[in-house]
Amino acid sequence: MIRAVIVMNTQGKPRLLKFYEFQPPEKQKELMRSVLAVLSGRPDNVSNFVEADAIFGPGTRLVYKHLATLYFIFVFDNSENELAMLDLIQVFVETMDRCFKNVCELDIVFNFNKMHAIVDEIIFGGQVLETSSEQVMKAVEEIARLEKSSNSISFVPKAVSGRFGR
Amino acid sequence: MEQLKTIGRELAMGSQGGAWAGQSKEFLDLVKSIGEARSKAEEDRIILLEIETLRRRIAEPDVPRRRMKDYIIRLVYAEMLGHDASFGYIHAVKMTHDDSLALKRTGYLAVTLFLSDDHDLIILIINTIQKDLRSDNYLIVCAALTAACKLINEETIPAVLPQVVDLLAHPKEAVRKKAVMALHRFYQRSPSSVSHLISNFRKKLCDNDPGVMGASLYPLFDFITEDVNSYKDLVTSFVSVLKQVAERKLPKTYDYHQMPAPFIQIKLLKILALLGSGDKQTSGHIYNVLSDIFRKCETSSNIGNAVLYECICCVSSIYPNAKLMDSAIEATSKFLKSDSHNLKYMGIDSLGRLIKINPDIAEEHQLAVIDCLEDPDDTLKRKTFELLYKMTKSSNVEVIVDRMIDYMISINDNHYKTEIASRCVALAEQFAPSNQWFIQTMNKVFEHAGDLVNVRVAHNLMRLISEGFGEDDEGADSQLRSSAVDSYLRILGEPKLPSLFLQVICWVLGEYGTADGKYAVSYIIGKLCDVTEAHLCNDTVKAYAISAIMKICAFEIAAGRKVEMLPECQSFIDELSASHSTDLQQRAYELQALLSLDSQAVGSVLPLDASCEDIEVDKELSFLNNFVQQSIEMGANPYLPESEQLGMSGVSNFRSPYQQEASSHTLRFEAYELPKPSSIPVIPQASVLTQTRDLVPVPGTTYYRENNLGSKLPTGPEASSADVGIKLRLDGVQKKWGKPTYSSSSSGATSAEKTTNGIGAHQDGIRSQSRDTVYDSRRQQPEVSAEKQRLAASLFSSSASKTEKKPTSGQRMPKGSDANAEKSSVARSVSPGNSEVKTAAPDLLDFGEPVPISAPTIDPFKELEGLIGPAQAVIDNSITTSGVQAPDLMATLYMDTPPSGSRSSSSGLVSEGVYSTDKGSHTAKPTPAVKKGPNLQDALGKDATVRQVGVTPTGNNPNLFRDLLG
Repeated sequence: MIRAVIVMNTQGKPRLLKFYEFQPPEKQKELMRSVLAVLSGRPDNVSNFVEADAIFGPGTRLVYKHLATLYFIFVFDNSENELAMLDLIQVFVETMDRCFKNVCELDIVFNFNKMHAIVDEIIFGGQVLETSSEQVMKAVEEIARLEKSSNSISFVPKAVSGRFGR
Repeated sequence: MEQLKTIGRELAMGSQGGAWAGQSKEFLDLVKSIGEARSKAEEDRIILLEIETLRRRIAEPDVPRRRMKDYIIRLVYAEMLGHDASFGYIHAVKMTHDDSLALKRTGYLAVTLFLSDDHDLIILIINTIQKDLRSDNYLIVCAALTAACKLINEETIPAVLPQVVDLLAHPKEAVRKKAVMALHRFYQRSPSSVSHLISNFRKKLCDNDPGVMGASLYPLFDFITEDVNSYKDLVTSFVSVLKQVAERKLPKTYDYHQMPAPFIQIKLLKILALLGSGDKQTSGHIYNVLSDIFRKCETSSNIGNAVLYECICCVSSIYPNAKLMDSAIEATSKFLKSDSHNLKYMGIDSLGRLIKINPDIAEEHQLAVIDCLEDPDDTLKRKTFELLYKMTKSSNVEVIVDRMIDYMISINDNHYKTEIASRCVALAEQFAPSNQWFIQTMNKVFEHAGDLVNVRVAHNLMRLISEGFGEDDEGADSQLRSSAVDSYLRILGEPKLPSLFLQVICWVLGEYGTADGKYAVSYIIGKLCDVTEAHLCNDTVKAYAISAIMKICAFEIAAGRKVEMLPECQSFIDELSASHSTDLQQRAYELQALLSLDSQAVGSVLPLDASCEDIEVDKELSFLNNFVQQSIEMGANPYLPESEQLGMSGVSNFRSPYQQEASSHTLRFEAYELPKPSSIPVIPQASVLTQTRDLVPVPGTTYYRENNLGSKLPTGPEASSADVGIKLRLDGVQKKWGKPTYSSSSSGATSAEKTTNGIGAHQDGIRSQSRDTVYDSRRQQPEVSAEKQRLAASLFSSSASKTEKKPTSGQRMPKGSDANAEKSSVARSVSPGNSEVKTAAPDLLDFGEPVPISAPTIDPFKELEGLIGPAQAVIDNSITTSGVQAPDLMATLYMDTPPSGSRSSSSGLVSEGVYSTDKGSHTAKPTPAVKKGPNLQDALGKDATVRQVGVTPTGNNPNLFRDLLG
């Protein structure tokens, strides 16, 4: 089972936090700190896996991907496969890229509710739901479309209205 | 992602504000100002200000809904940054009630992030979730399912379960998929609540949509992990599904990087690995499809390797097949030779799995493994250590443990340090090539991770040093000890030693510091005094130090030499005499008292090198028997047990409350029983009931309590059988035997805990056993007719001897071979005791959690028949053998010098005390011995583990002792 999805920047500012077992905000902060401490100590060109039982409890591991200023981190237990999780991060990033065209940290900051929608289409209750970024995109766009139609008030400029529903 | 490189764009995006996806200007400003914050404090200030603003605005009446959505999003953002936004939770909950999809989804998102599943507000959402699950709009259903997954707990599952189950038949596959996963989530929360739905998951395996089928694999995986055997029938289905997936029968949309549905493949392989584990027939079905996948798997892509790795795991788990093993080995070596650290990591992991089947394959990858060990990547290094840990044999243990210790010293991560230290200890205990090495290794581990290792390890080390490695080779033992002393004296020079290690050092110096005459007494004492000054010591270390000084002084005095008190030692003693800790005070005073004794007394208080001897604690205080006898002859009143003093002796179940107080000292949570007429005990059930009631109400069970229960438990049915069969009077019975049982078993536990195995102990054991027999038979002499009396006595004696024997057998247990002989001779004399010896001992020896002995089910009557004969023999026997020995009062008084654990105190005793005038009915006692029989297997298992964890000359680690035993 996947325990958490974390996106944070290299300074440790959280950009997206999703814990599949509830964690109170203070605990989240603490977890973020420990994760950052571990990740920032790792040189480039090493593996993307870290055993995380000191942070998230016995048997947990995390897979991370360092892209530009962001860390994408999936925390999971031993019922998952590390390499597969690494690809799941890939799916996530690909989807964001499709979604935001030329995605950057700022997109993620401002649209974190949309990010949540994407994550929810990929991972459901801690299990992998969908691994095709096309399918995920379709689902997210469908949501955006319906949200728009149900919520006629929109002050979003036309240029982006196709992409941003909320 | 190339595109992500642009992420470094500066944050001053105010001018483009409108471009950002429907968020308000204020939110943009917030994000911007946080982005520009120079320090953490500034950021916090901004957020707190923002939260204040929101708190004010959100409470305003008639906030427009769209604006409210913006507030909620800002709250979520603030909470993500770690600030409390609980005042807004209720508004998020309200938002879930909204009709607009956008607002509803925002509301659900906020509550799933804000609330834990036992939050008070959940109750307000349940209704909305129920309604939404029935909605026509599938997106609303999906949103509700997502929320249900996160928010529904064990208690609220029933409220939404029917709706979720209905959704399994929803026309939209996305909904079906999510419904399956939501049910799986419910299962994880509370397995019992959805256990009746397991058939639904099986059905979903045949869903038209492959996605739904894939989703059903997750719950099935969990079920199969729980209970493999109920799902063997699905093997063929799983195999055929996997085959179809691998042969690309699924629609193209399921492909991922040219791999057909890799996540489904991975899950299926995991499931098959579980199903095929240790099952030759099932594995037979799997071989074909596995070799197919091995052949087809693409190793160029990441996901291809993921599937390949899963295949290797599967191969290593199912019944071995030579051809598949070859493929797996080949794939593993590809991983290991790869440049990618990720693949190396997987390779090391695979290797660790494969060597379980065939240890030889590690050899050809030696170099790759060594490379990984040298790698700068910490993850890879740790994985490699894990592999080495699995590969350790007695031939390579030295290298591996040295490596581990080096690594342990180099890291700061306490969590991993602890883990690797415990691994070092485990390996050293299991494979140590020599004791010298073992002690050195342990010293290193203690020095660098002393406070992280288990206390048990320290005790094992002390025991090893004190016990030596074989009775024949005293020379080697003392050599070992003096080398330990040497090394500890050297190590004491180092700064900052962990307290656990200091305890070991103090103990060893106290026991053996002066043993070989190499070091002067004053030198060692001086060192011990330094210990407490040079290192920041807690009370435990001080206690160890003063006890060590006491021992050294005692050895000197006993040897007839005069002890010069060093000034620093005197000031140390003075300091401790004024200590806040009563324990330290007592030790200090004891030392002072000891110094004034003559050499003979000191010699018996603290005999030289007697740390392995057992202390026989005489709970009966039978050394007072003479005195009691005399007093009675002179007309004193005989002792009545407390219960009888209360005047309740006629009430059969009085002992239930009494026993409770006596044994547990906890509060009673149930009312006292009404007094009942004494005729009740002849009804078997009644006494069984009293027995069981005994066990029920005590919360917070302790070790002794367990023990007590263990020995008490069997009485019920026995007592009743005796009642029916022999019709003895039962007044006051259970109490009578109950207490001795309790005390002796607990004494066994303590002494076994404190020490180890004494050779001298078994004799005491036999003696005390026979003594008890006599003692017991005397006790019941009044009032029972001769024949019944003999019967009762024989039965009783067997049980009494059994309870007495517990401690001794427990102590002897680890010694193995020689003890066995003794044991069997003891056992032969009392046949029912035989099983008891074996069952009881491990319990007592077990330093971990005690295992309560369950009430067995042997027919008590049959057992009784068997008992009578041999037990009677014992009586006759024991009367003649009971030895008379002077009670050693001093030894008993001083026996609590903890580090040395126990000194031997002779406790063969005169058995003529009239202890009580308790009436007949000792019949209750006889058969507990037999009763414990069925637990034999458990107990032996326990015993085995105990031996494994402890460093004992027998059992699992013969290598450790080989060189000394020759």
